Amino acid sequence: MLGRTASSLFWMSRYIERAENMARLLEVGYRISLMPRAVEGHRDEWLSTLTSAACQASYFGKHKDITTKNIIHHLLFDDDNPSSVRTCLKTARNNGRAVRTALTRDVWESLNGTWNEFVQIKPGSITTDRLPGFLDWIKQRAMLFRGALLGTMLRHDTYFFSQLGTFIERADNTARILDVKYYILLPKPSDVGSDVDIQQWATVLRSVSAHRSYRWFYRDSTYRPWLVAEFLILREEMPRSLTFCYQWITRSLDGLAEDYGKSYGCQREASEIYARLEAGKMDDIFQSGLHEFLQDFVKANNQLAAEIAQTYNFP
Amino acid sequence: MGNIFNEMLNPDGSVRGHYSQIHDWVGSLSKANVERALKEAEGIFRRLGITFAVYGSEEASERLIPFDIIPRVFAAAEWRRLTIGIEQRVRAINAFLHDLYHRQEILRAGRIPKDIILQNSAFVPQMVGLTPPRGVYAHIIGVDIVRVSETEFYVLEDNCRTPSGVSYMLEDREAMMFLFPDLFKSHRVAPVENYPAMLRQTLESVAPAGAGSEPTIALLTPGIHNSAFFEHAFLADEMGVELCEGSDLFVEDGYLYMRTTQEPKRVDVVYRRIDDAYIDPLTFRPESTLGVPGLFDLYRAGRVTLVNAPGTGIADDKSIYTYIPDVIEFYTGEKPILKNVPTWRCGEPKDLTYVLDHLAELVIKEVHGSGGYGMLVGPTSSAKEIEDFRSRLKATPKNYIAQPTLALSASPTFTTAGVASRHIDLRPFVLTGERVRITPGGLTRVALKDGSLVVNSSQGGGTKDTWVLED
Repeated sequence: MLGRTASSLFWMSRYIERAENMARLLEVGYRISLMPRAVEGHRDEWLSTLTSAACQASYFGKHKDITTKNIIHHLLFDDDNPSSVRTCLKTARNNGRAVRTALTRDVWESLNGTWNEFVQIKPGSITTDRLPGFLDWIKQRAMLFRGALLGTMLRHDTYFFSQLGTFIERADNTARILDVKYYILLPKPSDVGSDVDIQQWATVLRSVSAHRSYRWFYRDSTYRPWLVAEFLILREEMPRSLTFCYQWITRSLDGLAEDYGKSYGCQREASEIYARLEAGKMDDIFQSGLHEFLQDFVKANNQLAAEIAQTYNFP
Repeated sequence: MGNIFNEMLNPDGSVRGHYSQIHDWVGSLSKANVERALKEAEGIFRRLGITFAVYGSEEASERLIPFDIIPRVFAAAEWRRLTIGIEQRVRAINAFLHDLYHRQEILRAGRIPKDIILQNSAFVPQMVGLTPPRGVYAHIIGVDIVRVSETEFYVLEDNCRTPSGVSYMLEDREAMMFLFPDLFKSHRVAPVENYPAMLRQTLESVAPAGAGSEPTIALLTPGIHNSAFFEHAFLADEMGVELCEGSDLFVEDGYLYMRTTQEPKRVDVVYRRIDDAYIDPLTFRPESTLGVPGLFDLYRAGRVTLVNAPGTGIADDKSIYTYIPDVIEFYTGEKPILKNVPTWRCGEPKDLTYVLDHLAELVIKEVHGSGGYGMLVGPTSSAKEIEDFRSRLKATPKNYIAQPTLALSASPTFTTAGVASRHIDLRPFVLTGERVRITPGGLTRVALKDGSLVVNSSQGGGTKDTWVLED
């Protein structure tokens, strides 16, 4: 396989994952903006959405004030925002198009169909009342893509490179959402355990579709920061946790090593990260600082992505 | 314009034999039928991602080429006659290219002025003395042909560089077979589906001597922003060869390699869909990032084959076009079977005077233009368009040639106002490796506007499936 093909597969999946996460973040921000007490807190909630999505800089480069309309436009439709859903879907499709020959028809048609439908939609038509339905559609299209990938691709290098893109992106996203809540939205000591605090944790869980599974898993009606952090970092049962992502990253890299009969530094690095997560204890993580832990993780995750790119000759 | 040849009907209004069933079928289709079929066809094309990028139009940078469901049909005997003419022309062109880059007999014989070749930017001096495998230069040619009567066909252009459109030929057939399977049961239509396999065999047959029995082929594309990218991806997929951009290839120790996720893989044949000037920045345009540094030296050394060979553009240059009948006679000793369109060279004062006096009747083309850009169709242009063109023509007459407006044949076509006659042309695809092979059919382009003679997809033309009936 060409190095460029591998790279395109990786980024195709990565951008679809990013589009889905963007839809989730917007969904949460939108819910909160609807709450009665949101009037004065409105600004802050959208700000935290921007921060979690890492779109602060691009947003304030174009807009002075935070308005719901501008936020929606910037995160969904803005061509100048490298992480807007539009940019993600377009880039994912362009990558898919460049490696059309490596994809099954189902995978290609899911990508292509999504883009063709997306461009039919006039940005102005997505008013707040139509937003939830539209965000659902984006998530469904991402799931269709993943379903097509899982259901039709041969389990060889093509599949492994796509999976790597998905899980590197997902791990980055989960770590970032958690860090934003824990570090940037850190409540004043007097607010710990307050409604606002609890609600923010609920937000974090919701943005990874885990607010219900948390309840089932911990049999607990209250969102406890420690448990939420544990759920999203260490629990292998939770499909967006860091440990879960690394289970799949190591699996994919091992798959490549087996296919190619050759193992490299990136296999070792991923196994080490995975082993650290598996052996991880929340006590230790909080002891040495959750923020530092997450920062280190995001860095290591990025480094691994760079290492993979270098090892397999991405252009 | 004189009488327009109607592909389906005789002058007395009766139906030509090979169209009889199509004629009845067209009559039986309701508007609703047609609209449903067109919608389905559009769905198929969109889903597959068959689009065509139009340069210079921002909002519709990706568009579908309109598809007409009424096929264009050739009777077996008609087609046989046509292919004999095409093969004669294609063989002559390859002989011509070989001669131009070797002994230049045709120049010595004074049949073509030396300057027009040697001063031409399409002539590639780096090719002089080099003999590609099997002596073939233009492996893939798309000859643009128009019909004006029962037996008269004119060649408009020879397209010897990197002709495109073959994917539409294949997809139009797919769409027709999907939409109207019954039509194929009642006709014996010669298949076009094996074109990719034939192309692959052609490419393999011209691999360099040291390539072994299973040469590795790569299709070199400028990338996803090229207007024909879809076709590049489609053909690579159909042939089962890697689709590469320049950055995926590199030269090392005297061979060409692909950068893969494992060991580099040696490449023997490059089917390049980028222009001569861009294939190697060390030999041609130094600023090109599309090509592969060092590729041309390898080619000269016989380590890799380039398809088509660099320098084939000299044979389809519009200033050379007028000499092709001489070329055919010179190398084959035969009279040309297919005609050339009479052409005025605006660089010659006498011709220019005539052209300026008759702008409203003529078609004026840029010598180096393609795709229907920068041309004037006199009879369908406004007075202002004609006057604008007149000043451009006067400024640089050498850049233009002029031809009479041909009465392109017309074929029944679905329009918003029902079935109507529309002008068509034909681009058959010719492969030359071990031997010359002509795919039965080709791409029929149709001018969708009433009375229009411009069939180019970049100018709003559409396509039709092209049928060659077997005896």
